[in-house]
Amino acid sequence: MNVDGNTPDPVAQLSGYKDSQGPSSRVSRLGGWMEQASSSVFVMPAILVVLLLSIFPLVISLYLSLSRLKFVKGGFDINYVGFANYKKLLFGSEQRHFIGKMADISWIGWLILGAFVVLALFGLWRYSRGPFFTKMGLFWRTLTALIFTVIVWILVRTLNVEGLPGTMVNTLVFVFVGIAFQYSLGLILALLTTQNLPGRRFFRIIFLLPMMITPVGVGYMFRMLTDTGKGPFNPIWFAVGLGDFSWVDTAWGARIAVIISDTWQWTPFMFIVLLAALEGQALEPIEAALVDGASRWQIFWHITFPQILPVSTTVVLIRFIEAFKIIDLPHILTRGGPGIATESLTLHSFLAWRSLDLGGSAAVAYLLLILVTIFALAYVHLIRRRFAEGI
Amino acid sequence: MKNLFNSPSPFKPSPGMMVISYLILGFWSVVVLFPLYWLVITSFKLPIDVNDGPYYIPFVDFQPSLHAWKYILVDLGNDTLRPFFNTVVVGVVSSVIALVMGGSAAYALVRFQYRPRIGVIVTFLGCIALMIVAFNLGVPWPVAVIAGLVIFFLLWQTIGRRFKRALGNNDISFWLISQRMLPPVAVVIPIFIIFQQLSLLDTRTALVITYVAVNLPIVIWLLRDYFQNIPIELEECAAIDGASRYRIFWSIVLPLSVPGLVATFLFVLVFAWNEYLLALFLSRAHSQTMPLLIVAQNATRGPQWWYMSVLTLIMIGPVIIMAIFLERYIAKGLLVGAVKG
Repeated sequence: MNVDGNTPDPVAQLSGYKDSQGPSSRVSRLGGWMEQASSSVFVMPAILVVLLLSIFPLVISLYLSLSRLKFVKGGFDINYVGFANYKKLLFGSEQRHFIGKMADISWIGWLILGAFVVLALFGLWRYSRGPFFTKMGLFWRTLTALIFTVIVWILVRTLNVEGLPGTMVNTLVFVFVGIAFQYSLGLILALLTTQNLPGRRFFRIIFLLPMMITPVGVGYMFRMLTDTGKGPFNPIWFAVGLGDFSWVDTAWGARIAVIISDTWQWTPFMFIVLLAALEGQALEPIEAALVDGASRWQIFWHITFPQILPVSTTVVLIRFIEAFKIIDLPHILTRGGPGIATESLTLHSFLAWRSLDLGGSAAVAYLLLILVTIFALAYVHLIRRRFAEGI
Repeated sequence: MKNLFNSPSPFKPSPGMMVISYLILGFWSVVVLFPLYWLVITSFKLPIDVNDGPYYIPFVDFQPSLHAWKYILVDLGNDTLRPFFNTVVVGVVSSVIALVMGGSAAYALVRFQYRPRIGVIVTFLGCIALMIVAFNLGVPWPVAVIAGLVIFFLLWQTIGRRFKRALGNNDISFWLISQRMLPPVAVVIPIFIIFQQLSLLDTRTALVITYVAVNLPIVIWLLRDYFQNIPIELEECAAIDGASRYRIFWSIVLPLSVPGLVATFLFVLVFAWNEYLLALFLSRAHSQTMPLLIVAQNATRGPQWWYMSVLTLIMIGPVIIMAIFLERYIAKGLLVGAVKG
């Protein structure tokens, strides 16, 4: 917070320019002071706003999540209860809501879990032999591997036929499946649109539109479209025998509907950034490869893809961070239902707040924050660093 | 960067490839446009046309009617206009403020050296903890806040200066940008309480302040990398000619980064324009924004699809027009942030 006024700034250093010539009049003294303070003036407003409206509320939220709030006559009563709210969510009565119903692991589940553990161990072994090995690095990587093993263990137990996913698992499904679709669709569309096709500007503008529409509107729009009785696809549902029941009333149907609408809305973001990256790439290597007779696939895989990889990792990171906060779509489209099948963590927290369980709501929000932080840090350190280096 | 939009890829697609490309692009255009088409025709349908089953083509399947538009624009009149006006004011004002604050912070983080001492930060956090403890012991909050600030100032001037370990610019940037990871739902309850205490609930001011805070990190993220690409020599020349910091920023840096500013502005504006969760917590009737009005059409008689469609169309109209005109800037501005991010 403290800005060291004595450190010379780079401009002054480089040009030998100094602004303090000994102020003679009052005006120039004020000017000199303004100039000296400019480093604070520039950055302080932003820091103060973030402190006041992000950090301070975050501290209060932490306190709320550790307490139980009761509304009594003429005010409220806050009681400190320690980690009770978290315990309830992770191990207690709310576990089925937050994590889900855990079934016994099927053989496919064991296979996936085993494959993940082997992969993690292999990664750790390779890291410890590699040139960048440090003890702290190994420690953090082992910790990450353990956390992710637990998460995979939860996933294979709840996404089982007999298990029921809770809000945390739902959110992970939305994030990972959604981003996979958005990225691959965005990349395909961007690759097609960079070609020398007549009318590509038209496509570019059309593809951009969904990003601009309010998620609330998208939610209602897709609620109209997925309606099996009066929606526009009604004849199709009837033809395949789905006409008399709503596919949004089944758990996976509802999840798919949420993922489709999320993909519809956010593919444009991937598309527009990847398109700009593709159009900005160096053309000489491609021309050289064309002369040498490389196929289109070879050119894409060996030249184009490595060039857009850094941008790709960043757009995926941005979407990753945003996707964890999903609420509008499930709230409007399916109201989190059937049951809790499409309830995301933010929606869980919101519903807890509405039923006046402020402590539980804050605890869910904190767990979401922890989850996002773990995933974002792991992503940045393990994946993005590797590909974005040299930029 | 100059060549970004004029450099077609060297592929001259073969006729077969062209057909496949057009098929895929056409398919996705239909995927994008069909929901919008459905939205438009629903806004011209009578309730009975919506409830009777899918009708696709106006004048053939059903007779379009202006009843929903008339109800929203004429009968409701001010009740539609006020949320629309709120959305415009909150969106534009908060985006401009976020751009000014975030832009200057981003510029400063690129061009100045900051060395915040860890000791000061620790004292500051300690004082906040002290405030909360004092508040819990029954001290009224204004007294607690002022006392906390005074203690912090005293400690800062005396003890805080002794600790020499300091952080750098990258730490500040990382800290600011990482605020984007914060789920709004984690901070909305305390923000609600803060505005309640300041009796700012259900005002546009509260929404503007909140949106500025939420949008600052992304503004700093995108603009920091934009400013990094501006040659420092220009600023040096201006400094030699005696221009102040503020003048350099205002007359040299900002004009040079118009594409980045436009893209960031649009990005932030769309966010504030479409935001639902925070508005839901912080506003009632007076500062109601459009998304809330759309949700409000989900009445007890079931959702009023025709009114919702009209409202959604009214709401997305301005942003779509802007997006069409500013499409070039969006890609360009976002790209620079993404390459270096």
